[in-house]
Amino acid sequence: MNVFAEIFRPGIMDFLIQTGIVLVKAVIVVGVLMLHVTYATYFERKSIGHMQVRLGPMAVGPHGLLQPIADFIKLFFKEDIIPAQADKPIFFVAPVISIFAGMTAISVIPFFNGFVIANINIGLLFVLAMSSLGAYGIIMAGWSSNSKYSFLGGLRSSAQVVSYEIAMGLSLVGVMMMAGSLNLTDIVKAQEQYPLGFFWPQALGFFVFLVAAFAETNRTPFDLPEAESELVAGYFTEYSGMRFALFYVAEYIGMIMMSLIAITCFLGGWNGPFAIPYVPFAWLLIKLYCFIFLFYWVRATVPRYRYDQLMSLGWKILIPLALLNIVVTGLVKVL
Amino acid sequence: MNPLLFGYLAAAIIVFSALAVTRKNPVHAILFMIVMFFHLAVMYLGLDAEFLAAIQIIVYAGAILVLFLFVVMVLNIKEEMSGERFSSGWPLGISLAAGIFLLAIIMTGNVFPLGQQGIYTPALIASETHTKALGSLMYTQYIFPFELASLILLVAVIGAIVLAKKRLR
Repeated sequence: MNVFAEIFRPGIMDFLIQTGIVLVKAVIVVGVLMLHVTYATYFERKSIGHMQVRLGPMAVGPHGLLQPIADFIKLFFKEDIIPAQADKPIFFVAPVISIFAGMTAISVIPFFNGFVIANINIGLLFVLAMSSLGAYGIIMAGWSSNSKYSFLGGLRSSAQVVSYEIAMGLSLVGVMMMAGSLNLTDIVKAQEQYPLGFFWPQALGFFVFLVAAFAETNRTPFDLPEAESELVAGYFTEYSGMRFALFYVAEYIGMIMMSLIAITCFLGGWNGPFAIPYVPFAWLLIKLYCFIFLFYWVRATVPRYRYDQLMSLGWKILIPLALLNIVVTGLVKVL
Repeated sequence: MNPLLFGYLAAAIIVFSALAVTRKNPVHAILFMIVMFFHLAVMYLGLDAEFLAAIQIIVYAGAILVLFLFVVMVLNIKEEMSGERFSSGWPLGISLAAGIFLLAIIMTGNVFPLGQQGIYTPALIASETHTKALGSLMYTQYIFPFELASLILLVAVIGAIVLAKKRLR
């Protein structure tokens, strides 16, 4: 085989242009995403602060608006401490895997009609595959730190994420059956004939997905892997400086990713009750902000679950409910 | 599939498999295995089998290897690392493996007759999506082997529950 003929074959310009378009789209999405992550931290501290009758960050800038930037500069210049007996390559790779898993899943989400970085046939399965990889970042961080707190946090988290992944995958099967496709753009288009998206015919599936999403992102009430009163900071106890910041960012990216999946699969994606001119992604953003506020609201309201309660909720309630949802959806579709 | 891509994937799969079986640290071995599974998934993608590629990642990388890691992490790694790298039977093992490899090469030539070709051509699969093609074949023509496989898995699940149960009534 002639390597040069393969590289300089006709149509290479088309290929390069396509690649360029995808790259530009990816840069836009990553930029907007990082901006959202930065201000999601501020939004969380402010909203939880007001729920607890305090002001939240106020010192840097008007109403503390520059606080996330100050935090970033501080974390960037902090000393990076690595435990003496740590398994260094794994210790370095773990936060990168965490962040990478969330960002890759976002690449298949349609932001408005026609704008998606990769419009693939198995979009929903791809999202599930990538979110299941997030567990590796946590397990590897917990194990490689060579600390008991980190290790216990990592073990807890792996058990939790693997258990709730099943419920999450099964809750999305109802959506796949209703839409007849795994492509996320097709799923959004299939919801146009329902006034509430798939939220109404799939209310049970949405409930299971919501609970599983809280568990997958390790948010309260399922934040056992980092239960600070028992495990210091869980799997990232030994991380400091920029590497700690990477885990922090990964948690927020996970939250945004889960919200985006819920919006695309259950809440009608970019469609809304009426079209907003010139801003095709307006409804998606409004839904995203409401969803993220829900995460904070739950955190300020609900206490943490006990570990055995968490496991029995996942295996004995959510998975049977998701299976029931599949059976009912199938029966309705056939009859 | 692009021959350049195939060459890279085949080489990477061999290298990472070799790394996975030769590492002394079991956690490193499993991590190399995950990298190998990813290359295998891309290989499926190149063969237009996108459903298989996704399942490869979800089931093997996402679930089974997490359980492997779970077990290996509770081992005493320091003790594992200080022991002998291979058990004393390794010359026998290598010669057996080489024999099986030779046998496989001979067998692939002309011993097995090729199966009857079905209706699905790459063009038809591309127009109908791989997921739909696989599903409709699996639940119509191959329903009996499919149900048989699920029965075997069910037996394994029940076995695991019986083993894990402390007290049987």
